[in-house]
Amino acid sequence: MGESLIRAVDGVTLEVRSGDFVALLGTSGSGKSSLLNLIAGLDRPTSGSVEVEGRDLSAMSRQELSKYRLHTVGMVFQSFNLIPSMSVLENVELPLRFAEVDRERREGMAREALERVGLIARVRHRPTELSGGEQQRTALARALINRPKLLLADEPTGNLDSRTGTEIMKLICECNRDLGMTVVMVTHELTLAERYAARLIFLADGKLVGDRTNNAVGPAVSGEGKA
Amino acid sequence: MKAFDLTELALRNLRESVLRNSLTTVGISVGVASLVAMLSLGIGLQQLATRRLVKSGLFDTVIVTSRRDLRNFGDDDESNKLSPAESPTLDEPARLKIAQLPSVVEAYPDIRFITSLSYDDKPHLTMVAGIPQSAKANEAFEGLQGSFFTSDEAPEALLQKSFAAELLGKTPKPGTDEAPVAELARPLIGKELVMRYAERMPVPALGASSGSQAAGSNQPAPAEATTYSIRSKEIKLRIVGVTDLDPESMRGALRARVMLPLKLVQGLHVAQPAAMRDTTQAASTTPTYMSLSVRVKDPVKMQPVEDAIKKMGFNTFSMLDATRSLRRFFAVLDMFLGIFGSLALAVASIGIVNTLVMAILERRREIGIMKAIGASDEDVQRLFFAEACVMGAFGGVFGVALGWTIGRVINVATNFYLKRQGLQPEQIWFVPWWLIVTAILFAIVVSLLSGLYPARRAARLDPVQALRYE
Repeated sequence: MGESLIRAVDGVTLEVRSGDFVALLGTSGSGKSSLLNLIAGLDRPTSGSVEVEGRDLSAMSRQELSKYRLHTVGMVFQSFNLIPSMSVLENVELPLRFAEVDRERREGMAREALERVGLIARVRHRPTELSGGEQQRTALARALINRPKLLLADEPTGNLDSRTGTEIMKLICECNRDLGMTVVMVTHELTLAERYAARLIFLADGKLVGDRTNNAVGPAVSGEGKA
Repeated sequence: MKAFDLTELALRNLRESVLRNSLTTVGISVGVASLVAMLSLGIGLQQLATRRLVKSGLFDTVIVTSRRDLRNFGDDDESNKLSPAESPTLDEPARLKIAQLPSVVEAYPDIRFITSLSYDDKPHLTMVAGIPQSAKANEAFEGLQGSFFTSDEAPEALLQKSFAAELLGKTPKPGTDEAPVAELARPLIGKELVMRYAERMPVPALGASSGSQAAGSNQPAPAEATTYSIRSKEIKLRIVGVTDLDPESMRGALRARVMLPLKLVQGLHVAQPAAMRDTTQAASTTPTYMSLSVRVKDPVKMQPVEDAIKKMGFNTFSMLDATRSLRRFFAVLDMFLGIFGSLALAVASIGIVNTLVMAILERRREIGIMKAIGASDEDVQRLFFAEACVMGAFGGVFGVALGWTIGRVINVATNFYLKRQGLQPEQIWFVPWWLIVTAILFAIVVSLLSGLYPARRAARLDPVQALRYE
């Protein structure tokens, strides 16, 4: 089996300002998730560069990239991606273990993050014992625990019903508004994006086909960030 | 990640698929157990052999002789023209000096002579020797019927069983079985034996005095400055025991067929053939000896003791070289046993590789998640190492326990067999503490080596692909 090179993202030049709420829109296979993985430092571009806070991700070592993912980025996925063998609290705490935070401080920080997402009652439960909405709250709490500057969400409401989806989106908006986090969200639902995102970017076949500011939602603080 | 967190995560992961990981751990345990069992038996056998050899008195004894006496033995060419200063007399002061050397337990003279013993008024000519009280611990007396000497000066005698048979007129014909010792001992113990011997007395006066020629001293001494007389004497001895040993297999005093307490024999001043050659020796008032047996505390200390005695100007002889080759044999034996034991551990290590590779496949997604939320390659690698290490440690501990048990069972079974064969039980199995520590460490090292490939593979996993995989 050979791997052929597929240009998932091609010639996209995009600049996101710090504190912005950007939605990446497109059909499946449009390259929006690939773009998000590049920004997350999970993938490296074959050519071109991804710069976050003036640092070029493509020039970073694997070690530096993992530090970047740990401290600068928080990620939320469509399928939650919680570790099933761990309790809610342990899942939220996990990034702190990688960051070598002392045990005594960890639980307090995790509880604080869980409080923010409104899930303090069921911290000892395992993810499989929770509803989809609760799982995504847990995932969000985990993404927030290291106080990242950048929150990346890959179809965060994709596996949720509309009511719980709205709750999650509200929480993400709070992160953007109250904590000043830059949010980049991948979605294929235009209505969702229009409701929450300040800027809408449209991708098709790995190319940028549209970029507009959503006036319904006021743009947040200005700053710098380029992707 | 901190070591404690790492261990905690590793233990949690191992608990998640408890059956597979337990089976792998059992595999390691069996490997370690076979290693421990093999080596503990090897060490046990070695100790048994050493113990027997030490008991035999062959390997902790240095025989000391004067260079003058050994002149004709051709042992040492350079000793041919030694001045008296370089070849001192082996006398009482020399014996005391040797006895005071470090690591020397005792130094006693070897006194042996052939003489006539009468039992039931029938004379028997045989070799008689004096043995010290310490010889009681010698394995030669393990099958002793009756008892050892009550004191170092008691007029008592121990008989070798073939001599006992001779006294009773029961000398076995070649090809027929010997009578059991107990049977030979019963009629003899407590009976009286009369020993006739030649007493050597210095005569202070000048001029030759032939004295009375006694049995056993057929060579008249050349008369020089001083002379001595030889007188025939008698002593009554009580038979206290019969030994179950073959004189041909023994060394020194134990080759004699009649053994008397050493002090008693020394007090008798029996003329010894070798002493006749040297008149100065024979005539001096301080006792001089043909040879001394020097017992050393530990076979390891043999060499320094021998060197020290050589420096004093005496010849020495020991079986040290024989122990050396014996040790070499056991080193090789241990190595082979170790290799067989390690084979099982090698098989077990393949089990670890398999388990961890399976774990990677199974936990692909988990690894992807951990990497996505900030785990570095090292974190993932260390986590897999920690899991291998924990399995190795558990396997090592259980394995040592299992190996210990196996060795013990073999020991018990062997002793049961020995007992049925009418032999004495023996400790053929020994687990030294260093074997326990080494086995556990070895298990951990083998596990870590086995974890090398899986851990690297897990660390290299591409998070994007791992997360896509469902």
